[in-house]
Amino acid sequence: MAGHSHFSPANVEEHFEFTSEGKKRIIYAFIAGVVALVIGIYLLSKGEAGGHEVAAAGHEAAKAGHEAAAEHLSGGAVSHQPEAEEHYNWMNRVWANVWLNAVFFTGIAVVGMFFVSLQYLTKSGWSSVMKRVPEAFPKFLYISLPILILVFFFKGDVIFHWMHHGVTEVGSPNYDKIIAGKSGYLNKNFFLIRLVVFGGLWILLWNMLRKKSLEEDLNGGTEYFTQLVKIGTAFIVIFGASSSIFAWDWVMSIDTHWFSTMFGWYMFASWHVTTYAVIVLTILYLKDKGLMGYVNENHLHDLGKFMFAFSIFWTYVWFEQFLLIYYANLPEETIYFLERWEGYDKLYKSSEILMVILNFLLPFLVLMTRDAKRTRIFLKIAAFLIIAGHYIDFYQMIMPGVLGKHGGYGLVEFGMVTVFASAFIYVISGELTKASLVAKNHPFLPEALHHDI
Amino acid sequence: MSSTTNYILGVYDDEDEVLHAVGEVKAKGIKIEDVFTPFPIHGLDVAVGHERTRLPIAAFMFGTLGMICALSLISYTMVFDWPMIIGGKDFFALPNWIPVTFEGTVLFTAFGLVTTFCISNDLWPGNPTLPLDIRTTDDKFVMAINVDKNKVSAADIKKALKDSGAIEVNVK
Repeated sequence: MAGHSHFSPANVEEHFEFTSEGKKRIIYAFIAGVVALVIGIYLLSKGEAGGHEVAAAGHEAAKAGHEAAAEHLSGGAVSHQPEAEEHYNWMNRVWANVWLNAVFFTGIAVVGMFFVSLQYLTKSGWSSVMKRVPEAFPKFLYISLPILILVFFFKGDVIFHWMHHGVTEVGSPNYDKIIAGKSGYLNKNFFLIRLVVFGGLWILLWNMLRKKSLEEDLNGGTEYFTQLVKIGTAFIVIFGASSSIFAWDWVMSIDTHWFSTMFGWYMFASWHVTTYAVIVLTILYLKDKGLMGYVNENHLHDLGKFMFAFSIFWTYVWFEQFLLIYYANLPEETIYFLERWEGYDKLYKSSEILMVILNFLLPFLVLMTRDAKRTRIFLKIAAFLIIAGHYIDFYQMIMPGVLGKHGGYGLVEFGMVTVFASAFIYVISGELTKASLVAKNHPFLPEALHHDI
Repeated sequence: MSSTTNYILGVYDDEDEVLHAVGEVKAKGIKIEDVFTPFPIHGLDVAVGHERTRLPIAAFMFGTLGMICALSLISYTMVFDWPMIIGGKDFFALPNWIPVTFEGTVLFTAFGLVTTFCISNDLWPGNPTLPLDIRTTDDKFVMAINVDKNKVSAADIKKALKDSGAIEVNVK
């Protein structure tokens, strides 16, 4: 086509500058999050003393709900709620929030690596103009993985039913035959080994990929590309196994009695589409700053298609998991959705409905047309909806199992997500400054610059 | 395309040439009716200045129609006409119906789109329209210009086509 700007790779290097003003703004956001968090924790600690009537009322309602549920399911569902109530401590909600956000942001960080690996594995050209953005995300693993390890090590029994004292000891009042049967896999040491080994492999492979990618900028040559393809392929293989394993470990094992063979897919789908939304927002932010002029509406169109398609993919997986459980109607499986729909005085019902609207209906309608996928404002709206929706999705996965009737949306939730989000933005911005925003010696860069759909 | 229309056809034998020729001919103020090629050429429809297809809108409407039809049929048969309990669920068991509704949506969209596409391109069975130049089904690229819709004279159009690299210029 006529009218292409002649773009020589040598003159495209450009750097994002993380100005002190930008740093200040993020630090203010972080402080605001911490303040909200502290006030939230203070209110929680106060609320527990005066909130007994509410709790008791809720308890009765939950009891009624349980009776109705038991009638409906003709018994058989093993509820572990009464036992959880015995050692409920108001700090549990704080730990649950740390866990929720650490899992959520770990996902965004690691899927950045997954995206880049996938582009190398498929030898995609179009994405080489923007691959530096997702390539920076895994830096946050250095913060989120240690948080996961520490919370698991010190406060794991708050989050995981299978870590409660005595559940696997025969003769203990807490003994649980089902959990004891799973203890070969769900035990503290093996969990930590999986977390450290796979998390370490993620960080190791990201470092290798990042190093080669930066060396390619300096020296050029296709040998870097072939090496990067190999690293990407190795990562995809490892991530294929580890994403499922971590979905079982970090989230599914919270509801220890319950299991779903689709859960690995489901959680990965949620992580995946969130990361596309974060990539789009980052690129649009950089474009608003006057950078990345070579990322045009064709590249944005492709990213918009990814957001659109994987929103539908998430819906498919989520609904498929629900449909099979709904149809088979086995009490030990339906308890999961019953808790989220009718349980705890319908505490989680509104966010369950909101989640499907935010994650499926709105992105589906907003991003449906070609023009919307090529227009920045629609992409921004859809990206925000998807990120908010999938945060709620993770909330729905984690909170009902950990907190039950003690859950809720309050200052703790908003404070914690602000703290994590601002830390994420700070770390990623820092990492983005360390390399040129365009991989100028990427062999497919000319193809990407002429991308036209 | 009736026989009273006057067409001037520029025949090219290279896809890059025809793509550049479109720009050159248009630069002389000549309106191009269409370009016929044996295979799709990237960027040609933009260069000729065709409007984007409105098939996606039709797709959305067919899909919506399919969804409504599927849901109506299932709810009529399973809820109103002959209520049936399946798997202990309510009569109106919406989750059970989603897969079938999805299939109905896809089916209506696919058939509706193929039909719309064929009708809007005069491709129904028995349609007597013949290609303006049979070689566009083989290895030649033909730019068709409707003389009646152009203010430029036929001689100038022929000259413009020749200048842009056409190997032949025919009148039809």
